[in-house]
Amino acid sequence: MSKKGYNPPKKKMSKAAFREHCYGLAFVAPPFIGFLVFMAFPIVFAFVASLTTWNGMNNMMDHFCGLENYIKLFTDEKFWKVLGHTIIYMIGIPIGMFLGIFIAMGMNRKIKGIKVLRTMYYVPVISSLVAVAILWAFVFNYDNGLINVIIKALTGKQGPNWLGNEAWVKVSMIIFMTWKGLGTSIILYLSGLQSIPRDYYEAARIDGASGWKLFKNITWPLVSPVTFYLLITGMIGGFQVFVEVLVMLPTGGKNYSAATVVFYLYDKFAANKYGYASAMAFLLAIIIFIITAINFKGQDKWVKTID
Amino acid sequence: MAKNTDGMDSGVKSKKEKRMDIVIFIVLTIGAVAMVFPLVYMVCASFMTKGQILSGHFSLIPNPLKTGTYKEVLFDSNFLKGVRNTMLVEIPVLIVGGFTSSLAAFSFSKLKFRGKNGIFLGLLATMMIPFAVIMIPQYVMFTRWGLTDSLLPLILPGLFGNVGMIFFLRQNLSSIPYEFVEAAKIDGCGYFRMYYAIFFPLMKGAVMTQIILWFMGIWNDYLAPTIFVANDEWHTLQVVIRQFNSQYAVNSNYPLIMTASVMALIPTLLLFFFFQRYIIESMAISGVKG
Repeated sequence: MSKKGYNPPKKKMSKAAFREHCYGLAFVAPPFIGFLVFMAFPIVFAFVASLTTWNGMNNMMDHFCGLENYIKLFTDEKFWKVLGHTIIYMIGIPIGMFLGIFIAMGMNRKIKGIKVLRTMYYVPVISSLVAVAILWAFVFNYDNGLINVIIKALTGKQGPNWLGNEAWVKVSMIIFMTWKGLGTSIILYLSGLQSIPRDYYEAARIDGASGWKLFKNITWPLVSPVTFYLLITGMIGGFQVFVEVLVMLPTGGKNYSAATVVFYLYDKFAANKYGYASAMAFLLAIIIFIITAINFKGQDKWVKTID
Repeated sequence: MAKNTDGMDSGVKSKKEKRMDIVIFIVLTIGAVAMVFPLVYMVCASFMTKGQILSGHFSLIPNPLKTGTYKEVLFDSNFLKGVRNTMLVEIPVLIVGGFTSSLAAFSFSKLKFRGKNGIFLGLLATMMIPFAVIMIPQYVMFTRWGLTDSLLPLILPGLFGNVGMIFFLRQNLSSIPYEFVEAAKIDGCGYFRMYYAIFFPLMKGAVMTQIILWFMGIWNDYLAPTIFVANDEWHTLQVVIRQFNSQYAVNSNYPLIMTASVMALIPTLLLFFFFQRYIIESMAISGVKG
């Protein structure tokens, strides 16, 4: 890490400046120490552990195995399977964006009572993940769940096995996660919309643009920073989906059909395969890092700012 | 839909626009009702009997109305322990962590010291690190330190501050002119006094919003408590709720599960309703400017 603070100063600080330097450092010391102890050290530790077959007992370095874990991961069918599920779940990101921008556009009008609606959309976001996952597991219940009971009342037919069927379980998870996160997209798009100057639309109107054209050429480009933010945070979060699955399908679903990368990783961790789990965690971090970097690199092409 | 993208309703609305407003309002209302419907159903189900839920017929109104389930959960010793343990984490973390975070934000924003940007970027970068990476090492650490029999694994990291809060407060302080610092220096004001007498009062509102959000975060956290705390005695509320779920799902006691979940939601919902404006504002800021 940076030793900047302790390098011999290039030009001598005055006594007052040195005092400020010391106080400044002292005030940021707690988070910095927290960062070293609970972040930096664990990251290094996880990397070293990923090069071993350590099971938590004895000395970790006695189990050194080089890159074996990583090589094993690439041929681990289960890993590819859970990675696939994790990516499938991310279909929820564009769905959330699409619904979010349209609802936000509807809300960006002066209509009485719209604030109440905004609150209603936002409630799932602040609700405890465990509590709503328990709720949705019940909503998706095959026999007595809310959805199938309604389907039965309306059509007289039995609804799908939402959580028990290997294909439907993915649909169920996407519905659940979209529901949980939609409020965030709406709030962010709404504040993005509110920052677009009105005269942009007026000028475009004078030029004869309307409807879809206004949306395509003004609204959508100008909320692109929000879209970008939602994409980045959505993907970083998407790769880490775990508690949702753990609560709704404690065993990972039929034939592991609902399991995600972190779910699999947790399984290995619980089975004391610390080395293998660490390798998976590290690979996950690398994937997240690369995808975030690609997003940042690509953003010049489509993310616009107002000024 | 695309026609409604403008949102410029200045002055008098035309008849056509008014009609549009009504259509939009109805559509949005249907959506909003659909969003809260599962939650409403959860509340309804918590007052139902097991028989009614298992009947397989759709109904929203509890018949007969059963309030006893709430009593049952409220006096359940595990539930009470869960609430107690969660609060035992909340109080020290929010007080000490709120202090360290705001002090650091003040320093990052207003003081000059070497290595400032490096440290700040280092802290920010941690927001990208998946929890899965640090989970195992932290678990090993807490086990070696002999802390897994207590709430300390949940409390200790929080005492050092919260990166998101530091980032937000620093942003918030950037709108306060530097002249405040200079004037204080001329008056011979020490740096710590500058923080608590001048800048802390100026960012009090932002600190409060962040504390509320942090409170909700701790309240809703499930992963860290379930991994780091081995002793049943110290399980936090979310862990207890989850255990209720696995325990009572076997005999399909859904009313009890729903009741426990409702009660776990109430505190955060109340906080949200009271401080809605601030919470939504700070969410929006972190998204648009972050």
